[in-house]
Amino acid sequence: MNISYMYSLIAVIILFLLAYVGVKFPGGEVFFGIIIPYLALIIFILGFINRVIDWARSPVPFRIPTTCGQQKSLPWIKSANIDNPSTTGGVVVRMILEVVFFRSLFRNTKCELKESDKISYEWEKWLWLFSLTFHWAFFTVLFRHLRLFTEPVPACVQLVAKLDGFLQIGLPGLMLSGVALLAAVTFLFLRRILIPQVKYISLGSDYFPLFLIFGIAFTGILMRYFTKVDIVGVKEFTMSLVTLNPHVIKGIGGVFYVHLFFVSVLLVYFPFSKLMHLGGIFMSPTRNMVNNSRAKRHVNPWNYPVKIHTYDAYEDEFREKMIEIGLPVEKMIAPETPEEPEEKE
Amino acid sequence: MSDVPKPDELLSNIDYRPSRTGWMDTPVDIQKGIYSYAANPKSVEYVGLPYPRQWNPIEEDWQLPENWKEIISKGFRERLDRFRSVKVFMDICVRCGACADKCHFFIGSGDPKNMPVLRAELLRSVYRNDFTTAGKIIGSIGKNFKKIIGARELDLQVLKEWWYYLFQCSECRRCSVFCPYGIDTAEITIMGRELLNLIGLNIDWIATPVANCYRTGNHLGIQPHAYKDMMDFFADDIEEITGVKVEPSFNRKGAEILFVTPSGDIFADPGTYTCVGYMMLFHYLQEKYGFDITWSTYASEGGNFGFFTSHEMMKRLNAKMYAEAKRLGVKWIIGGECGHMWRVIHQYMDTMNGPADFLEEPVSPITGTKFENAKSTKMVHIAEFTADLIKHNKLELDTSRNDHLKVTYHDSCNTSRGMGLLEEPRYVIKNVCNNFYEMPANTIREQTFCCGSGSGLNAGENMELRMQGGLPRANAVKYVHEKHGVNMLSCVCAIDRAALSASMEYWVPGVEVTGVHEMVGNALILPGEQKRMTDLRSEPLPGMEEDDAE
Ligand code: HEM
Ligand code: SF4
Ligand code: SF4
Repeated sequence: MNISYMYSLIAVIILFLLAYVGVKFPGGEVFFGIIIPYLALIIFILGFINRVIDWARSPVPFRIPTTCGQQKSLPWIKSANIDNPSTTGGVVVRMILEVVFFRSLFRNTKCELKESDKISYEWEKWLWLFSLTFHWAFFTVLFRHLRLFTEPVPACVQLVAKLDGFLQIGLPGLMLSGVALLAAVTFLFLRRILIPQVKYISLGSDYFPLFLIFGIAFTGILMRYFTKVDIVGVKEFTMSLVTLNPHVIKGIGGVFYVHLFFVSVLLVYFPFSKLMHLGGIFMSPTRNMVNNSRAKRHVNPWNYPVKIHTYDAYEDEFREKMIEIGLPVEKMIAPETPEEPEEKE
Repeated sequence: MSDVPKPDELLSNIDYRPSRTGWMDTPVDIQKGIYSYAANPKSVEYVGLPYPRQWNPIEEDWQLPENWKEIISKGFRERLDRFRSVKVFMDICVRCGACADKCHFFIGSGDPKNMPVLRAELLRSVYRNDFTTAGKIIGSIGKNFKKIIGARELDLQVLKEWWYYLFQCSECRRCSVFCPYGIDTAEITIMGRELLNLIGLNIDWIATPVANCYRTGNHLGIQPHAYKDMMDFFADDIEEITGVKVEPSFNRKGAEILFVTPSGDIFADPGTYTCVGYMMLFHYLQEKYGFDITWSTYASEGGNFGFFTSHEMMKRLNAKMYAEAKRLGVKWIIGGECGHMWRVIHQYMDTMNGPADFLEEPVSPITGTKFENAKSTKMVHIAEFTADLIKHNKLELDTSRNDHLKVTYHDSCNTSRGMGLLEEPRYVIKNVCNNFYEMPANTIREQTFCCGSGSGLNAGENMELRMQGGLPRANAVKYVHEKHGVNMLSCVCAIDRAALSASMEYWVPGVEVTGVHEMVGNALILPGEQKRMTDLRSEPLPGMEEDDAE
């Protein structure tokens, strides 16, 4: 298991070669530029929807929020409306904080055994910081890409690009998000191989998306700052995809197709992998439920009757002893009914 | 505890660095002191669960039914279809490791398979292999590829590994607090244990209490006359200490309120003193305000070891509370101090055995407070009830009678992470005693640590495991013990009272364990009581030592 990242690295290198070389063959540009991206997008959309529907098909039989603060009980006790939500509004805020700021991860601590017998828990902010950076950078990059798929480019996309490039270094201007993404992915990878516990639990399928996203960011940066891809040609091409009138534009270059191919692979990989946490977090019953199960009955759609040991059966077994010690009973005279527990639906 | 390594040995054995061999290549090694004994077939049979038989975890042959794989596979499918939690939690873990060092069993043992994420992966690996598209496609290429995506086939070794590690999880949910998606390994353990129960693989410390509870109404198997005897004995104790005769009533029809508490309070020290505390409180309220409450010998268990067996068994045992409330014609129910009992009442009872439309919305007959938060389930936690009494100045208290105690408070896992009962008990404690000190912030409230013996793991044969799991809690107690001289660890849980007593004796000698209502009982001034010389444990009160000698 320890070298499982090698497999993932090799897989990404193979994917790289596939696109880089493949595109040079006749029809390669159409294949890697048009057919694969369309297919990937379809698989992504259908796969994603399918996964979410599949989750939704299973009911939530019990109300099981993980409560992380004071419940709402007596009016004079201040309750934690967000960490232990008693209203839908509270849940919405809780979810927003989870999704946008990774609030639970923010609590992360690192446990250490010190002086051989003292356990300490220190705030561990790095995972939170870098994964938040990673996701926000990823999102920003994605959002900025809308400029390639819209005409005219919406003002908000232009604004984000402007903010992202506010450092105004170099030409074309340096975009913070790209660099942040690369740095964060690198951190997430390094912690996977350097922290023994995390290394131990990591699978090939954990390294693969990291390498892939690294590859995407890397090829993107390469095109922007180094190979200086023909951006006008790229836009013409992407717009042709958007308008469902696809045609390849000559001379965009191999790196572009690698970039596009990596993105396509990510799209296909997405619905079948842990990346589905994007959808899953919204459906996590420990986070998205109101803690009001004593105030409002939650219904379990498959609740079924069970066999119980009734009071009558209980009294039948112990009646004599109960009478003897002065406990009230339902029937004073012991009948000859057997001790068998009765069935009750 | 003779076989258990000494505390410093246990500590020096902890190594948080996992071995170099991958976890899938490390076969399970079932260790004495860690595992619990197999379920007694008689108990399994009594409640009609499948495949009762004599089997021994450390023997090669577990006497499994022929088609056990099929049973598990079918059971797994069924649970995926019934519980969205399981399905989502199977799919979305990113193995970030945030939960890894949050589990008390990992912290106390260093065994990597006690990291919540890996505990879950034990099942997830089989899930990937059997139930996911990716697993099936990649699995068909070859075994090595399976390993890369973390899939594997279910075989006997894997099953044994499940059993061993699912009974090293106390379903405490601490991992769930820290997981960015709220993945609750307890939920996975609950499901895994259900699967194991389908092929008769329970542990005895769960199976036998379940059978007892089914038959006699409580886990300890106390029959009605013995239950009453015991309470009479407590009444004598109270009379000796206070000079006041209390007369609790049992199975009384027409009472306003039914009281249900864990049977540990009746039969296991130091829980018994908590029980004495309840009895004094109820007597006080009866004398002063005409309070009308009854105990029940049929519903004589608040706890629910069915919860550690399966959802169905939980429902079967829990059903007694409402059934008894209905039979006696009470208006509502008060529940005593217990942890998992309250998770069941709070998050499951109404759904499973409700609606309790034959009961009324709970209103305190003394203060008039409406317990809005319990208006559907109609069951109020005694700490909520007592906090309300104190807030309204309804109790006469002499807090100096707890002055010999320096108290800290242990939040029970279930009441904190499956309910949110944090301030009520603290409010009560602070009003009945003068010396209260909190443990460090990362070890209390929603971040509280398990006592180490929850979810049916408080057996005798697995004492090493329990002491490992108890380490983080004990370590935090040790901190306040050394810093503030804390000598009393209070809690609102019957398992805690038993488990923490053992863990304190092992890790922090000099600290005793108490329920909150024992301290209420100490402080409460009963109408017409004599001058008290001792606390409820018959130990001299501060300043009374000399009087004692006279
Ligand atoms: C609602 C949206 C999302 C939330 C709340 C979220 C949250 C998280 C969190 C908390 C982590 C764990 C921290 C870490 O390991 O870095 C994580 C990991 C990860 N997320 Fe997301 N995520 C979201 C969407 C996405 C999307 C759209 C992608 C797209 C590629 C993605 C890719 C990843 C990857 C690759 C990891 C693993 C990082 C690693 O291996 O260390 N996430 N996510
Ligand atoms: S914290 Fe959650 S996502 Fe991270 S490894 Fe643990 S269970 Fe998986
Ligand atoms: S529920 Fe508690 S005992 Fe179980 S894995 Fe999580 S932290 Fe550990």
